[in-house]
Formats: sequence, C-alpha cells, structure tokens
Amino acid sequence: MYGFLIAIGVVLLLSVIWMVYRIQTLISVAKGSDKKIQTTSNKVNAALFVVFLVGTFVLMTWYSIKEFSNYQLPIASEHGVITDRLFWVTMAVTGFIFILTHILLFWFPYKYQYRTDRRASYYPDNNKLEVIWTLVPAVVLALLVISGWRAWTDITDPAPEGAHEIELLGYQFAWEIRYPGKDNILGDFDYRLINATNSRGVDFSDQNSRDDFPSQSVVIPKGEPVLFKIRARDVLHSVFAPHMRLKMDAVPGMPTRFWFVPTKTTAEMRAELGDEEFEYEIACTEVCGSGHFSMRRVITVVEPEEYRKWFSEQKTFVESNPSLVLDLPIEDKKLAETANQ
Amino acid sequence: MSVANVSAHDVSAHDDHHDHEHEDGFITKYIFTQDHKMIGKQFLVTGMFWALIGGFLSILFRLQLGFPDMNLEFLRPLLGGWITETGQLDPNFYLALVTMHGTIMVFFVLTAGLSGTFSNFLIPLQIGARDMASGFMNMLSYWFFFTSGVIMFISLFLERGPASGGWVVYPPLSALEQAMPGSGLGMTLWLVSMTFFIASSLLGGINYITTVINLRTKGMSFARLPLTIWAFFLTAVIGLLSFPVLFSAALLLVFDRSFGTSFYLSDIYIGGEALPNTGGSAVLYQHLFWFLGHPEVYIVLLPALGITSEIIATNSRKPIFGYKAMIISMLGITILSFVVWAHHMFVSGLNPFLGSIFMFLTLIIAVPSAVKVFNYLTTLWRGNLRFTTAMMFSIGLVSFFISGGLTGIFLGNSAIDIQLHDTYFVVAHFHLVMGSASFFGLMAGVYHWFPKMFGRMMDEKLGSIHFWLTFVGVYMVFFPMHYIGIAGFPRRYYSWSTFSFTDMYTDLNMFVSVAAIITFAAQFIFLFNFFYSMFRGRIASLNPWQSNTLEWTTPLHPKHGNWPGEIPSVYRWPYDYSKPGAKEDFIPQTVPLSVTPESNLPHEEKLVNLEKEIIAEEEQVLVANEYKGS
Repeated sequence: MYGFLIAIGVVLLLSVIWMVYRIQTLISVAKGSDKKIQTTSNKVNAALFVVFLVGTFVLMTWYSIKEFSNYQLPIASEHGVITDRLFWVTMAVTGFIFILTHILLFWFPYKYQYRTDRRASYYPDNNKLEVIWTLVPAVVLALLVISGWRAWTDITDPAPEGAHEIELLGYQFAWEIRYPGKDNILGDFDYRLINATNSRGVDFSDQNSRDDFPSQSVVIPKGEPVLFKIRARDVLHSVFAPHMRLKMDAVPGMPTRFWFVPTKTTAEMRAELGDEEFEYEIACTEVCGSGHFSMRRVITVVEPEEYRKWFSEQKTFVESNPSLVLDLPIEDKKLAETANQ
Repeated sequence: MSVANVSAHDVSAHDDHHDHEHEDGFITKYIFTQDHKMIGKQFLVTGMFWALIGGFLSILFRLQLGFPDMNLEFLRPLLGGWITETGQLDPNFYLALVTMHGTIMVFFVLTAGLSGTFSNFLIPLQIGARDMASGFMNMLSYWFFFTSGVIMFISLFLERGPASGGWVVYPPLSALEQAMPGSGLGMTLWLVSMTFFIASSLLGGINYITTVINLRTKGMSFARLPLTIWAFFLTAVIGLLSFPVLFSAALLLVFDRSFGTSFYLSDIYIGGEALPNTGGSAVLYQHLFWFLGHPEVYIVLLPALGITSEIIATNSRKPIFGYKAMIISMLGITILSFVVWAHHMFVSGLNPFLGSIFMFLTLIIAVPSAVKVFNYLTTLWRGNLRFTTAMMFSIGLVSFFISGGLTGIFLGNSAIDIQLHDTYFVVAHFHLVMGSASFFGLMAGVYHWFPKMFGRMMDEKLGSIHFWLTFVGVYMVFFPMHYIGIAGFPRRYYSWSTFSFTDMYTDLNMFVSVAAIITFAAQFIFLFNFFYSMFRGRIASLNPWQSNTLEWTTPLHPKHGNWPGEIPSVYRWPYDYSKPGAKEDFIPQTVPLSVTPESNLPHEEKLVNLEKEIIAEEEQVLVANEYKGS
C-alpha cells in the first residue's frame, strides 16, 4: 500500500517538474530569449562562479583550521619531521597557486561575461609570457624536487650499523613479527619450510635463527635506529605505520626494508595527546583480499633500558617449541642449546 | 593536379553513396555502420550506459563507507548473496565493486566513451574528410569494444564475483585463485575482456592517426588543425605505443594463471601449501602495467583538454591563447608520459635510486600542464564569455585540472609519497585530475556537439542545473578526501573501525556519500535532457555557436560522406575570433584571406597573393576536369 502511494507521489512530482519545464521552454520561445546571447541566465551563471569561489573558499578555510589537529597525525619518527615539513612547504606553494589561479578562473567569467556592446580582444599569443610561465614553474618545481630528493636519499640509505632488526611478515590477513635474538642477526628463511608450527618458514638449521624470538607486537626503543625487514608469504601487502611516516610494500620472493628512528615513546605520546588508549599502529595499504582492512598490529615504543629488559625476557622459538629442532642433526641441536644458555 | 583529381573522384564517390543511402537498412545504418558519425554515437551511448553502471557501483560502496551500520537488506533483490545475513555488504564484494568501478570508468567510459566518441565523430568533420581512413576497421573497433563490454558485464553476475584485486589487478592476488574469490573466473573474464578492449583501442588508434595524417582537406596543414584534432592525434599515438604493453602484461598473467609459468610469482605459501613457482617478480607486472597505466591517464585527459581548448576559445570569442605553446605542451606531455610510470611504485620495493630518477621526470611533466592552465586563463582574460553549458563544463574542467594537478606535486615527490601513497589523498588526486576533469570534458563535448550529432539543441537551462549540481557535487565528494588522506586513511578499506587512527571522520564520510548520491542523481537530468532533446529539442541552426571549424559547414543532418558537394578548402587557422576589423566576431576556416582584407594581419597580407594564385590554379583544374568528365 505504502509502495503504491509512494509511486503515485513520485509520478505526481515528476509530472509537476515536467509541466514547469515545458512552460519554461514555451515562455522562452515566446519571448524570443532563446535567440539572445546576453541573457539573464548568462548573467546568473557568471555571478554563480563568484559565489562558488567565495563559498567554497570560506568552507575550505574554516574546515582546514577547525580540523587541523584531527587530520594532522602526530609525528613519531625522525624522518617524519622532514617529510612533513616538505609536505607543508609544498602545501604552501601549491596552495598559493591554487587560490591565485582559482580567483582568476572564477573572477574572469564574471568580469568578462558577454555583452553585445563589447568585443573580445584579439590576443593570440605572447612568447614572453609563455617563457615566463614555463620557467617559473620549472624553477619552483626544481627546488621542491631537490629538497624532496635529498630527504628521499637520506631515508632510503642503508640502515646505520647496529640498527635493531625486526622482521615483519605479511600474510592473509595479519603480520608475523620476528626478532633476531641476542646475536642481532635474523636467521635464514625459506618459504618451503612453512608449516603449522613454523609459520614464518624460519630455517632452524641456520645458527642465527636459534635465538630468534616471536612477538605479538612490535616493541622498539626510542631514539635508536630500527630496521624493518619486510616480506610477504602469499600476496602483496604493505607495511604502513602512519605515525612513523613509514610505508613499504611486502613482496613475495623479494624482501624489502625500511629503517627509521622513533622519537616518542607510546607513553609520551599518550601524555601529549591526553589519550590513555593511544597506540602506534601498523596497517596494510596494498589490497590483499577480504581481510585487507583488518591487518592491525601495535607498535610499542619504549625507553631503551625498558627495551633491553623486555628483549632479554623473551622466549625463543626453540625454547617454546623444542620440536622445531628435533629432526635436525645432533651437532646443530647442541649448538642451539649453547646459544640459548 | 593530382590533388584536384582526387577531390573530383571524391565527389563522384560521394554521389555513389547517395544512391546507397536509400538502400541502407536499419542494420547497416544503425548497427554495423561504417559511418564515423554513427560509430561515434555508438561509442557515446555505450559509454553512457557504462558510466551509469560504474557510477551506480560507486554509490553502493559509498553506502558502505558513509553508513557502515546501515541495513542493506533492501538491496538483496539486486545483490542476492552479496548481502550478508546481517544486512551488510560482503567484504569480497566491496573489493569487487571498487575494482569494477575503476575498470569501467577508466577504460569503458573515459577511454572508449570519450576518445572513441569524439575522435570518431570529430576527426573527419574537423579536418574535412569524408570518413575515416578505414570505415571497416572503425566498425570493428566499436564491435570489439562492444564484445569486451559484454564479457565484462557477464563477469558481474558470476557466483564468485568479478575481478576484485583493484583495477590494477596486481599479481599474486590476481594470479592465484585461492587468494580471493574474484581471482577465479571473474579475473579470467577480466583478462579476456581487456584483450578485446586493447584490440579495439588499437584498431581505433591506427585509424585516427592515419586519417589525421592522410585525409586532411586542402589547406588544412598541421599548423591549422584545431587543438581538438591535435589532442586526438597525440592520444592515439600514446594509445598505440602503450596498449600493447598492457596486452603483454595481461598475457604473461594469463600464462601464470593457467599454464604454470612464474613471470610474476615467487616463493608463495598460500592455502596451506608452498607453490612451486620461484624466480618471478611481482614488481615486473607493476612496471608493465604502469607503462600503460600512466600514459592511460593522458589518453583519458588529452582529448578532454583538446575539447576544452576548442570550446573555451569559441565561447570566449577569442583565439586560444598560445596555440603553438598548447601544441608543444601536448607534445611534451605525450613524450614525458612514457617516462614517469614508476612514480606509482615509489614504495613497491623499487630501487630508491630509480625512484629519484622518476621523481625528477614526474615533476618535469607538471611544467607543460602548468603552461596549459595559464593559457586557458589568458584565453578567458578580456574575452566576451558566453556561458553555454559546454563552456561551463570546460571552466569546471580547468578548475579540476588545477586542483588535481597540484596534488600531483605532492605525490610525485617520493619523500612525501611515502606517507600519502595508497591513501585517500591519492583517491582525491586522480578522481579530480583524471576522473572528473575528463568526465567534464566528455560532458562539455556532448553539450557542444549535440547539435551536430542530432540536429537539435539540448536545453540550456537544464544544462546549467546539471552543471552546477555536478560541479559542486564533485568538489563535495572529492575535496574532503584530501583531509581523510592526509589523516592517513588507506584506500580500498571496507571498514575503518579496526584502527584507532582511522576510527574517526564518520561524519565526513557520510557527507561524502550523500554528496555522491546527489551528484549521481543529478546525472539523470542530463540523461533526460539528452534523450528528450534528441527527439524533441529545438531544431539547431547550422552554426549554433558561431564557431570557425569545418564541422559547422556541413548540412544539419550530414549524410555518410559529410559534405554534399566538394569538401571545403581551408584558408586560415581555426581561431580567428573577434579579429579587429572583421564584421562578425568569427571568421570560419573556409573564408579565404583575400575576401577579408579589412581584418588581415600584416603577415597574412603577404599570403593573400599566394592564396589567389592557388585558387586560380585550382579553378583551371576544375574546369579542365569538368571538360574531361563531359
């Protein structure tokens, strides 16, 4: 019944719109305004461009200021300060051009709207102008690019000696984390060794892997370089730590890396934001299937002393599951035991 | 001499056509037609069909993003099992929607619907040719596109869904059936469909290039081509060079999927087993894909810019400012578009040094784009502006081109891109600069050339309403996405509540979704206007916009062959608007310089004598031919 009434309502509404449209057309034919060019609607449209300019400018400014603390994520890494500065410098430059060009683009239509008593000026070219607006953007862009390039080379340089290595392995739909243990060297891996008990495919016949240990969250020390060694088990994933300004794809068969220096502990950030529940997070930013949106891991940044304490308390893979080395040759096992002492 | 002979031959060939015309049945006239005008209209209507589907898909996923808790049970009659038992959208289907929206919009609407429509319709009309170089290939081009569309359409109804790995279909996700449901038959059909599409693009492109080079009328030198034709020509060149690379990428993917090769696959453990593939590289696919993918942006954008140049000049009653600079910047964009592709891959594991190279190349391409914008602005300056709907859509295009182009400077800077890559900032960027700008070019073109297509006018009032709703709507949809992107919201997320850094902006997302629905609804005003005006619109005059280009010298309903008599000759460039001294504020290209001594510029005075000589010579030849003929 309701459906029927709604249908009737829609039909009525459409027919009213239809009538208005027809009447409007007939009036314009009768008045002969369809042949004129300097019409009211030409004026209205010219004015609307200015209205649009002012309206959207006010809206944009108001929202950008009001929401600043929401969309500007706090920075928690050394290089993040640099890339964010670049971002805002670029914003200033492009924002200026954006506003300038739009003022011209929407003001000209109003200023030069059609008038029968005026003629457009015949102004086909001016090479000097072309050269100016080729060179000026070129120079501005060159400056932006060079500063970006210097930041980029610093960020992508090899990690400093002694950086804390941590392995992140992406799979559908989570991250596995592995620490290198006391030797600070991650053991070898091979995807063919992956099974129910060895989800990372760690090669335990490699001595370096005997002291490796897993973790539920990424724990890192403040102020010390950290190197993420990133790989994927099935499809592409991408490690994204928004507060660290860090992103790197995880590619099956091609390990990738990204190093950075965290600058604020989780506790410090909680105090700064006044949010007791704040956590640094890792998300996936390369579409990987139905659970793409749920690959969450927490990064906990702690003071270096606290980190070392936590680090020494962790149980290695072999300790928590000795069967991992059961079928390995005897001498390897002995070494494993000594390594764990 | 030979030139004149050819034209005489054309006339007789055309007369033959007149005889055929009456025998043209429904099928040869409307379906398997070889007339470029009808093929253009076929592309347009098919493109509109796909735009509606693509737009509708985006409304579905905007419902999920804007109203995550909404009960979508009412969509069950349409979507069936894709609505979960709790009345939510299935996450796999969400990805399918995003993927199909992208594929449809980029390829079917903005490549075929834009370039296919206007290259076909305008190239012969604006260069003064009877038809395309090969009418048959042109027909094939449409029917390959049609076939490709049918296959893609079928894939929407598969039980396991259509391709779902994003429109870029990166392997291994797209290569492994066990990775997601859409990577099964849906992906196979996607690849088959794209193969047909590539064939269609190549057939079309070869035709456009050949026609522009070989079939220009007398006097139509490259320096007198309208910018539309320059744009279509360069677009076709880009397409011809880049689409085959997409084909190779797709072919290798087919091998990996079906024949056990390892081009893209290596060291994969999935579904409880280790796959035997080693040695492949997933990044190789990305290189091949973006070698097309980036030029594709310009395949989509250049025709829109060409159309805009023409419309802005006509409706400003002013020559386009910097005609040569416009051509040079388009040439620059064409060449540079092939050497910037890896800026899509800064954080893909690409060698950082290569990243720096591509950062430099990418920001160079911003320069010709900037030149174009300044030239448009100067064209408006001191013009006498008529706000036809087409003109307003063109101004809208320039606005989107600026807004979206400027954010490209952020993304092309690899250091800044680390944070912004694959966030909503990217979504906002390309939807403005490529999606909306090209869509506005398409709309501008339809409103401007509708009188030539159907001999009737579209309603300008409805057009204005359509423009303002769409223009405001597009900004309301995509501008907020910049904020969401700066906040770090990743793309292709079904839900944002899993993470605390994205667990906000529900209000803004709701706003975007509402704006998207309104904008989509506004397109029905256009649809009504389009189909109603086709049959009941006011009869158009021969040159309703008082434009200079050749298409307005044809009859109201040009037959196959375009001009009833001889093809007109061209004596001047297409932008003689408001020339000082001239009576009218426009001088069509067919008016010889010798007839307009009052408005000729000093360098043109010198050409008058030459022109007179040529005309005299041609008349002699014509007389001689007539004598021979009788």
